[in-house]
Amino acid sequence: MTTEQTEATPDEGPAPALSETELAAMAPEVLANSLSEYLLALWRRVKGGESGMLPIILGLVAIVVFFQIERSSFLTNGNLVNLFEEAAIYVVLGAAETFVLLLSEIDLSIGYGAGVGAFVIAEMIAPPINFPWWLGILIGVAVVGFLGLIQGTLVTRLGLPSFIVTLGGQLAFLGVMELIANADPTAVGGSIQISPSSPVYKLVLDNMSPALGWIVLAVCLVLFAGLRLNRSRSRRARGLHAEPLGVTLLTIAMVTVAGVLFVYVCNNNRSPLAVVRGVPWVIPFVLVIILAYSWLLSRTRTGRYIYAVGNNPEAARRAGIKVDRIIIFAFVMAGVTAALAGLIYESTQSSMATDIDGGQLVLFAVAAAVIGGTALFGGRGRMVNALLGGLIIAVVYDGLALMGVAVAVENIATAIVLIAAVALDAVVRRRSSTR
Amino acid sequence: MTTTEGNGALLSLRGVKKHFGPVQALSDVTLDIPAGQVTALAGDNGAGKSVTIKTIAGLWSPDGGEILWDGKPVHLSGPRAAEALGIKTIYQDLALCDNLDIVQNMFLGHEHLAHRLLDEDSMETKARETLKELRVTTVRSIRQPVASLSGGQRQSVAVAKAVMANAKLVIMDEPTAALGVSQTRMVLELIKRLAAGGVAVMLVSHNLNDVFEVADRIAVMYLGRLVVQGPVSEFTPQTAVEYMTTGTAKHAVQAA
Ligand SMILES: Nc1ncnc2c1ncn2[C@@H]1O[C@H](COP(=O)(O)OP(=O)(O)O)[C@@H](O)[C@H]1O
Ligand SMILES: [Mg+2]
Repeated sequence: MTTEQTEATPDEGPAPALSETELAAMAPEVLANSLSEYLLALWRRVKGGESGMLPIILGLVAIVVFFQIERSSFLTNGNLVNLFEEAAIYVVLGAAETFVLLLSEIDLSIGYGAGVGAFVIAEMIAPPINFPWWLGILIGVAVVGFLGLIQGTLVTRLGLPSFIVTLGGQLAFLGVMELIANADPTAVGGSIQISPSSPVYKLVLDNMSPALGWIVLAVCLVLFAGLRLNRSRSRRARGLHAEPLGVTLLTIAMVTVAGVLFVYVCNNNRSPLAVVRGVPWVIPFVLVIILAYSWLLSRTRTGRYIYAVGNNPEAARRAGIKVDRIIIFAFVMAGVTAALAGLIYESTQSSMATDIDGGQLVLFAVAAAVIGGTALFGGRGRMVNALLGGLIIAVVYDGLALMGVAVAVENIATAIVLIAAVALDAVVRRRSSTR
Repeated sequence: MTTTEGNGALLSLRGVKKHFGPVQALSDVTLDIPAGQVTALAGDNGAGKSVTIKTIAGLWSPDGGEILWDGKPVHLSGPRAAEALGIKTIYQDLALCDNLDIVQNMFLGHEHLAHRLLDEDSMETKARETLKELRVTTVRSIRQPVASLSGGQRQSVAVAKAVMANAKLVIMDEPTAALGVSQTRMVLELIKRLAAGGVAVMLVSHNLNDVFEVADRIAVMYLGRLVVQGPVSEFTPQTAVEYMTTGTAKHAVQAA
């Protein structure tokens, strides 16, 4: 804090120089007064194993480059949009898992939680019930959220390991889903169709008009830039250390370029037969979820407590935090988010059937969170990690499929990416802790 | 010199007893802790120091005797009740979250909100002021995670947290036990400043060097009893050791 100190008291010397480890532990914006200092601090952090997202982004870029060299059709706009749509469900499931992983718990039930949610939604909006789509989604979300509440309560009140409780949940939710399907005579062969006129269908299978895509992007960019600049300005006005203006401007510029490229790719026609263009609705849907959750984790008391409990439950308890409630909340959020993943699933399929593989989906959920950099032992991880991790999984599957590799090999490759991501993390961590 | 000069003490224990089954952990503890002074609680292993501070912190309720706060009897039904009075205990493990930064740790459980959202700027400003008052200047940024701090700095954060919660009595259990020489010095300086600011400090320590350097008063426990208390000038390291190991001293400097 000496950086901000104006007057020096007699008995205080200059702040002692920091060790490399200490420097590495700090967010770059904490130390930097200029763009170049910021980049230097960022580099120290990467070397020190506190790298944040940079290696993951570099890994993603490397994989993309590899596939592009192997198959020139990889970076076509048709394939890219396809890939984003595939990533959507992994990202949302990863976000669901992140809530519990942050508390060093695990939820193995969210794959079939998604199944239950999707079934409830499909039943509610189809004949004979015919509820409006939003009410159907609300009910589906509430049902799976309630299942999460039960699991969270078993974990906290009875002190059962979440691994076992949610393993039971996985099986039980599969049963619940089949019961729903059996009870509905219109679900022929355990399958319900989603009407093409329903927004549930359109979520993945329909697109924003190109003009709307640009307008939404413009509004978001203006908001982003405004908030970012305003935040720096108000911190400076209060005499607090703010990130250098150069960094703010560079961030805004990079986000703008990424956004424009993204909308441009989506707005180009991607079908050889008919004209298919525009940003698929599911993409803003996923981004809003990630944004809202990030905001919850970083700006609210509950979010702060999730990190505290995940790192040191005893300290959290002594600070007066109701640890059990935080854990239950995380399981409810995992359920709620699983239902939203179920919504994406049924929209992709344009129907909902009992053959959903919830066992595999939950593996993708954990993989997305962990590949993206969320720790299994609690207290470390963010929602953007799930976004990046989900994207990496989709890229690997999509790229290998383009190369004509068998599904069995795709699975093995994804497993290797998962192990590699965790191993890299472990190695870097060990290096930084033995210094 | 065992009793009675403590009228006007912030906290007084009068004949406090506590047993665990057949074990009489505290058999008679009479102790005064005045505001604005550092009271060191010394004693051999098993003498009852930890049970005493846990009783003051509201974790154990005594089986007998009285606890007076500002001269009035109080019943400490739990840690919350003790904290509400202004009693803040810093245990050896410090209870910090390594993944949170200094500001976040200092406000854990007492976050400032604006429009129901975390008001980071207001918390940062307040944390900075508090650290400045305590002259904790060796941390580079109050936005660095606690994991990156040295032992002494972590101790400082724990103390600052107590100060910010408007603690009137800060109890520290072996604050220098795990620290090297310079870190110990830094923490002892901090303890002095804390008392100079009007806070009552109760320091549990094995280390007589620390005790004689920082304490205004010394209290010694022996086998569950408080055997002697008084200003530091009434002790020498030799008599203190004698009290700690035998419960009495043949060559007491001066009876009060
Ligand atoms: N929770 C407990 N249950 C039973 N006995 C205890 C408990 N806590 C402390 N004691 C006993 O009380 C006595 C005093 O212990 P303590 O206060 O920890 O000593 P110290 O002065 O070393 O901190 C010891 O004999 C100890 O075994
Ligand atoms: Mg002890």
